[in-house]
Amino acid sequence: METGDIGPSPPFRGEREGPVAERWEGEVGGTANQLIGPPHPALSPRPAGGEGKTHTSDPGSVGENPVSVGPAFSVEALGHRFGPRRVLNNVSFSIAPGDFTVLLGLNGAGKTTLFSLATRLYAQGEGAIRIFGMDIRERMLECLRQLGIVFQQPTLDLDLSVDQNLFYHCALHGLSHRDAAQRIAAEIERVGLVEQRREKARQLSGGQRRRVEIARALLHRPRLLLLDEPTVGLDIASRQFMLDHVRRLCREQGLAALWATHLIDEVGEGARVVVLHKGEVLADGAAAQLLGEMRAPSMRAAFETLVQEREAA
Amino acid sequence: MRPIHYLRCFAGIATREWLRFLNQRGRFFSALVRPLVWLAIFATGFHFVLGVSIIPPYETYIPYAVYIAPGLIAMILLFNGMLSSLSMVYDREMGSMRILMVSPLPRWFLLTAKLLAGVIVSVLQAYAFLAIALIWEIEPPWYGYIAVLPALILSGLMMGALGLLLSSAIRQLENFASVMNFVIFPMFFASSALYPLWHIKEASLLLYRICAINPFTHAVELIRFALYGQLEPVSAVVLVAATAIFLTLAVYGYDPAKGLMARRTAD
Repeated sequence: METGDIGPSPPFRGEREGPVAERWEGEVGGTANQLIGPPHPALSPRPAGGEGKTHTSDPGSVGENPVSVGPAFSVEALGHRFGPRRVLNNVSFSIAPGDFTVLLGLNGAGKTTLFSLATRLYAQGEGAIRIFGMDIRERMLECLRQLGIVFQQPTLDLDLSVDQNLFYHCALHGLSHRDAAQRIAAEIERVGLVEQRREKARQLSGGQRRRVEIARALLHRPRLLLLDEPTVGLDIASRQFMLDHVRRLCREQGLAALWATHLIDEVGEGARVVVLHKGEVLADGAAAQLLGEMRAPSMRAAFETLVQEREAA
Repeated sequence: MRPIHYLRCFAGIATREWLRFLNQRGRFFSALVRPLVWLAIFATGFHFVLGVSIIPPYETYIPYAVYIAPGLIAMILLFNGMLSSLSMVYDREMGSMRILMVSPLPRWFLLTAKLLAGVIVSVLQAYAFLAIALIWEIEPPWYGYIAVLPALILSGLMMGALGLLLSSAIRQLENFASVMNFVIFPMFFASSALYPLWHIKEASLLLYRICAINPFTHAVELIRFALYGQLEPVSAVVLVAATAIFLTLAVYGYDPAKGLMARRTAD
């Protein structure tokens, strides 16, 4: 179970050949819209520690998008342990801007740990996490500006209205009231909750709460969206809405999204999938290609084969 | 990040705290009823048991109710400080703590802003108490109401910072009762809130020394003197120092690199 070995059968990686770390250092192997180059400091979006200029017309906000290159999100040889228990082991993968990537793994695979490390809720020791080329240990605050997060755990304040929850988030990101009002109106319309704006979050259904959370995660206009099991407990229609919504955001706005789930059927045909099992990456590639290479009839079959191979190893 | 971003962030946190306060009027009333019960029952009952001689800042013999009023104000701040900070530990609040912690502003600022927002609500309750306390003829001079404001803010910050520190450092805070037993009651009773320190000194030198180093005593004394437009410099210094120490340790406790939060959330 060894550290360098990421996938049981190398062709899974398909066009993304080789461990991610190597790609960084050397040649760039990625899809057309993917890697432009390694995250050289000179190419970094903002001067370290500086306030940084944004290229948008809205100077009032702090969540704007600097010009940058490289993958939206990358983890390199990431490891983590809780006491003696190792929960992540040499995990490496990356996401290009505009990519919709499913992080597929059973409960306990290490998905939430990975998210907690990426958002600095846990201290990160082994390996590196980069957001648009910036190491989160060095430039956490700038990384957070680029990051929209939907936690697994519900995080709406149930005693506050939808609007109040959203305005609170905008304030945390330093947006002015006017900007916030505009953006909230736009996002809430996109998730179809205009009529519920003044209702308390407590009165919303589970699916509606999730939609509010996704709207909230986008208010500061992040370029990378991390979603940890966003569809748990939702009915089929709500699940589909969430999936379609995020995929549309990726397609239309070039947002990169990492969608963690244990629900195999959420891996659509066109999606890219990273299979995480017991803290290790078993496969990483386009879903269709993965199926083809494994000659598996379905994603479920492919997943089971991968897990069995790993358990046997 | 420009100052305006910090300001907006603070305004947002304070607004949220205010809205939550409006939504939980029950909490407000219970926080107000508690000291009033003390004032109405305890102070009346003990009026003839405990004699209070003339001690600064009082210039004449005072009813017992007047003596314990500053202690009861400090009690409001103490309960609120502990409650708002400890609520962060509970699952109900853990989610919104995550949202706070992923804001792109420095963690020390976020925690301080949250603390200060809680203090604003506490201070309003303290003034509400002072207004009702007029019934018991607790009538400090008019300028006392103004002079007490900084004392209330500083005391509130100290106790909020202590609550924050406890919430970051103690892994098992099962319920509020244990905090009552081990923090609130000892702090409140081993202080000058209910009896003057010289009284305690006559009874037990050890207890007197404990009371004298208890930061809560200094909160009470700072408020007591401020109500009469006077500054108690030793108490002010002790409170500033205690706030700085508690807050620094709390920020350290919420730093993921130190892992306190990580260890707890991993459970």
